[in-house]
Amino acid sequence: MNVATPAFSPIESLIRRYGLSSCLLAPPLFFLAIIFLFPLGNVIWGSFFVPDFTLVHYQRMFSEPLYTRVLWTTLRIALLTSFACVVLGYCAAYLIATVSEATRDVLMFLVIVPFFLSTLIRNYIWMALLQRTGVVNGLLIDGGLISGPLPLMYNETGVVVVMVNMLLPYTIFPIVASLMAIPRDLNAASASLGGNSLRTFLRVTLPLSLPGVFAGGLLVFIVSLGFFITPALVGGPRQMMISNLIDFNVRQVLNWPFAFALANALLIGTLALYFLYSRAVESRMPRQAIL
Amino acid sequence: MSVPNASDAERTGSSVVVESLSKAFGGVRVVDGVSFVLEPGQLLTLLGPSGSGKTTTMRMVAGLEEPTEGRILVGGEDVTRKAAHRRNIGMVFQQYALFPHLNVFQNVAYPLEMRRLPRIKIREMVTEALRLVRMSDFEMRHPRQLSGGQQQRVALARAIVFRPPVLLMDEPMGALDKRLRELMQVEIRQLQQQLGITTISVTHDQVEALVMSDLVAVMDGGRLQQIGTPADLYRRPANRFVADFVGESNILDGALASTNGETALFRSCSGLELRCRPARSDVSLSAGHSAQVVVRPESIRFVGPEGAQLEETIVRSRVLHSLYVGDMMRFRIRLESGDEMSVKSLMSAEAGRIRAGDDVSIAWRHEDCLLLP
Repeated sequence: MNVATPAFSPIESLIRRYGLSSCLLAPPLFFLAIIFLFPLGNVIWGSFFVPDFTLVHYQRMFSEPLYTRVLWTTLRIALLTSFACVVLGYCAAYLIATVSEATRDVLMFLVIVPFFLSTLIRNYIWMALLQRTGVVNGLLIDGGLISGPLPLMYNETGVVVVMVNMLLPYTIFPIVASLMAIPRDLNAASASLGGNSLRTFLRVTLPLSLPGVFAGGLLVFIVSLGFFITPALVGGPRQMMISNLIDFNVRQVLNWPFAFALANALLIGTLALYFLYSRAVESRMPRQAIL
Repeated sequence: MSVPNASDAERTGSSVVVESLSKAFGGVRVVDGVSFVLEPGQLLTLLGPSGSGKTTTMRMVAGLEEPTEGRILVGGEDVTRKAAHRRNIGMVFQQYALFPHLNVFQNVAYPLEMRRLPRIKIREMVTEALRLVRMSDFEMRHPRQLSGGQQQRVALARAIVFRPPVLLMDEPMGALDKRLRELMQVEIRQLQQQLGITTISVTHDQVEALVMSDLVAVMDGGRLQQIGTPADLYRRPANRFVADFVGESNILDGALASTNGETALFRSCSGLELRCRPARSDVSLSAGHSAQVVVRPESIRFVGPEGAQLEETIVRSRVLHSLYVGDMMRFRIRLESGDEMSVKSLMSAEAGRIRAGDDVSIAWRHEDCLLLP
């Protein structure tokens, strides 16, 4: 009789055949394929084949004035938000990068704190602050600075203010990182060569921190493009952004193929920007050389 | 290789006077009462182990650290409270601190740009500075495209391009390999002499200090231990630290037995009796005083059993081990008293025959045995 070969359980034999890491990766990959790739394929397919091939939904997006206006609004709000985030984020990042390590830890924590609150709650808080009878208008009127309430909500100002509040950390962190990566000696070198602090900042610190500025700004821009809750809650009808338009088409008018086309446009725009972003981060040094 | 000539107009050195300079960080005095005077055009090296306060001293001269006490005068002017960017002092940093986003030309042009010089003048001065350090062909390169030695040359060009009266160098050779270091020591020294620029260099490498300097200031624990010419430091160390740090030393502890004009009789703790010479004229010579003597390894020679000459000390000893280092032989030797010493001799047939375990006699001249307080 043969000596009995040790019997492997089915799982053991799989691991022996494909290796442990492949086996561990398989379930999440399978899961992602089901919940992500399959629907994504559906969305892409469904925007072209309704049921026969057509480009009408894409044409509509760019020909109907209502929809082009939504695209422009989206772009404009995203640009304004990114710009404000970069400027405000740079100031905060510069402070964080120059204080002592203990203070830096505290400040970084303060930057993270808002993330502990749900986005929805934060939007409602802002509504309480910005509405006609809200905290801000109340204070201004009580202080005698204005006679009637200012329109702070249901307009672009409100949307941008709240979005900047939501997205500011996304610029602070990369800018802090690139400021901290600048060797301290460079400041001393600039001083010894006759550069006062302003000129040192403009000629050395700022150019060397631009990769962080660029990365943070682009990140905020990408996230802004897909923003949904803030324009829906704080914005008015004229602040409808592309995500809100998608939602409207999916839930109100049930024009799914058009919603798919909008989603694909957003996806392509985001991917293109992400490509730029990763290029900017990777080619950090050559970019500095160009600047 | 010689550095191209610089015109006399570029001889720009100023005197530097440092008066009882101190710096405390949170109550700890890292620099404690350092004073020295540097004539225009001299090169002073601050030499000491890490933590000796040499870099802090230099950074105070540069204006990058504020002194707790004391004064700094450059060309007679008190600059103690002047901001670094107004001091007009060139500095070469340890890691060179070249601006990574600027090319070689832009780096060297930086101090001129800060001084708002016209473009044509900048072009002319940068070209000249790059010529002096022989980096003219690298104008368009970025620092990361340069080797360590090339980066150092650019850093040097950047520090001298605006004709500062004083140049500071923080461990200028620290990042270079040995061969390049030796080359750059000579080149920097030549350039410094041609420009006549008063220079303070910081190093922990005693060879570099001895090779390059007019004056060497040995620092330890934030205090100046001794300042003098390289020969002075080597031949007449002020104390045990200097004797130990500058060059190699065999140091014996003991006491002074008797004095006799030029020479003194020293008795080591191990019972060895040696004739020696006070390292410095200010060494007090009273019998019974505890003292140390220093014998440099290269002052010791091997002799036959009765081979000692007049004015020589001869000691019987045994070779513990020998090391062949190319042009030299190094030996570790135990004297009959039990003390151990290092001996260095030029490679020769006789030296090559000496093996570990051999019984030998070693000798040195009385005047090569230095008495320290």
